Amino acid sequence: MAQMNMLEAIRDAMRVELKRDENVLIFGEDVGKVGGVFRVTEGLQEEFGEERVFDTPLAESAIGGLAVGMGIQGFRPVAEIQFVGFIYEAMDQMFIQAARMRYRSGGRYNSPIVFRTPFGGGVKAAELHTDSLEGLAVQTPGIKVVIPSNPYDAKGLMIAAIRDNDPVFFMEHLNLYRAFRAEVPEGEYTVEIGKANVVREGSDVTIIAYGMMVHTAVKAADELEKNGIKAEVIDLRSLVPLDIDTIVASIKKTNRAIVVQEAQKTSGVAAEVIAQINEKAILHLEAPVLRVAGPDTVYPFAQIEDTWLPTPARIVDAANKVLNF
Amino acid sequence: MSKVLNKLPYEVQTEPVKPLSVLSLDGEVVNPEYMPELTDDQLKEIMYRMVFTRTWDERAVNLGRQGRLGFYAPVSGQEASMIGSEYAINKDDFICPGYRDIPQLVWHGLPMYQAFLYSRGHQHGGQIPADVHVLMPQIIIGAQVLHAAGVAMAFKKRGEKRVAITYTGDGGSSEGDFYESMNFAGVFKLPVIYVVQNNRYAITTPYEKQTAALSVAHKSVAAGIKGVQIDGMDVLAVIKAVSEAAERGRNGEGATLIEMLTYRFRPHSLSDDATKYRTKDEEAEWGLKDPLIRFGKFLEKKGLWTEEDTARVKEEAKAAVNENIKKAEATEKMTVGGLIDSMFETTPQHLEEQKADFQ
Repeated sequence: MAQMNMLEAIRDAMRVELKRDENVLIFGEDVGKVGGVFRVTEGLQEEFGEERVFDTPLAESAIGGLAVGMGIQGFRPVAEIQFVGFIYEAMDQMFIQAARMRYRSGGRYNSPIVFRTPFGGGVKAAELHTDSLEGLAVQTPGIKVVIPSNPYDAKGLMIAAIRDNDPVFFMEHLNLYRAFRAEVPEGEYTVEIGKANVVREGSDVTIIAYGMMVHTAVKAADELEKNGIKAEVIDLRSLVPLDIDTIVASIKKTNRAIVVQEAQKTSGVAAEVIAQINEKAILHLEAPVLRVAGPDTVYPFAQIEDTWLPTPARIVDAANKVLNF
Repeated sequence: MSKVLNKLPYEVQTEPVKPLSVLSLDGEVVNPEYMPELTDDQLKEIMYRMVFTRTWDERAVNLGRQGRLGFYAPVSGQEASMIGSEYAINKDDFICPGYRDIPQLVWHGLPMYQAFLYSRGHQHGGQIPADVHVLMPQIIIGAQVLHAAGVAMAFKKRGEKRVAITYTGDGGSSEGDFYESMNFAGVFKLPVIYVVQNNRYAITTPYEKQTAALSVAHKSVAAGIKGVQIDGMDVLAVIKAVSEAAERGRNGEGATLIEMLTYRFRPHSLSDDATKYRTKDEEAEWGLKDPLIRFGKFLEKKGLWTEEDTARVKEEAKAAVNENIKKAEATEKMTVGGLIDSMFETTPQHLEEQKADFQ
């Protein structure tokens, strides 16, 4: 097994699929020669040639539209949107054209496309590079939404996403690209899209998170443990489909939960998770489920992002509230 | 002290263009050098399709008023640009249409009853048969123009000698997607034919308020692709332009923008009132260019078409419309369960659970 950071694991997934299936293509802005602004696709053009891995003109809507057109002709595009804020330019193609293709054609056509984009705060990036826009996609019928938190999942989820016959919005947290290395198997394996992962077992409170917030939640769980509180941490991995069964199973054990997201508090993934908990596990709850999230403002300029983002301390605070309810 | 400074030369300039035509309004061949090579049978077939489509359009408007069709965008006046452009491509070439471009889909192979089902809001309307190479009509103006670039790139990557043809209007040519697609086609030398049916109005907004460019065709210059403006009510000019563009595409010579000057004789849709933004004089002036009259005169002079032929085709079209609307009306209604199952290849658990609410 190789040691890889998350960025290398995502690249390795693309390499495995480029090798396995000639219909897989990688394209986007600057993804070719230098391998993208974060080097996620580094070396792939050299290995697979410009026909398979290529730069496009700077136009996100066209990148999305190109993917949709190639997708209905049997190619499996992995299209990179360079920064998360740029998806606004591509939203029609991603969230209408790709997401509705199967429905509009009654199954005649589909969109086997992965839209990759980096996102996520805490890296002092420029404006609109770090926003958590997964909520927009989660509100959109017909597109899956995947956010890995570690190298192993990232590779397995990316391979699963490329093989999926429906569009997948694959969001890669900037702060996790090079955060740490972990063991990643060589060759092919998949992590099923739609299955959450219990990353830490506990019996007192469930902390539900995804992306970078999984690590913040684990830090909070470490703090809680110092006071004898055993927190269970769930990494959602996929927001659409959402693995409510794993959440409910955990709540049956802990009877208390909090949901952590980087995105703004209102009407987001956390709100949806809580709604589903209400539908499926309300009689197992001993306290209201709380959210730890960004405030309902625009994502801040870099100077105050560390205080804007959920911290272990805020998670501990929320956990104590549900424990002492 | 003040010195007269020279202004920059602004060398980037273009000249106005005139629309190319083959036929005069009387059906005389005025530009024989542009006459496409067509047999007598082919010429008759083109007339057949245009007359058929005009009658179908008239019937569809009536069906719409009776509530038997949903959204319908009339096509009368645009038969030459629609029928001619579809006629000039091969069966395995791919059409990315706008919402008004239903005739091209049907003449390319989509069964007419499915076109009616699309209008009636039934999913089966978009279930394109496997051997018919078209997308469903597009509602977002210009979105399909980008799909044509993707389809064309797929053809090119596989070494297939096929082209993608896409349609939009004078309004659509103002969309960013329109330029983005032509720019991609220019960079990657894609076999795309961009047809802009300039019918002078984007719903109500006149062409003059749409662009300050010398013509829509001039927009090809910025993308580095070929561009031409033609008389879009002259079906022979349409066939000539699209045939050449298709040939260039197949030969790896890239994309072409064809601006077709045309006019819709009817309102934008059944809920639009054209008298609010067009004058009777203007309508009469464009009426003189009627593609059916013009091409009909040309054929009559050649002894290929008579009034009896027109009458016969009208009856055939009426019968076909009747049969197909009945078939559409007899098609079993969609269900919410079926809708849910068409969201993903495998219906996820949450949608399975929601399906139960509708059973």
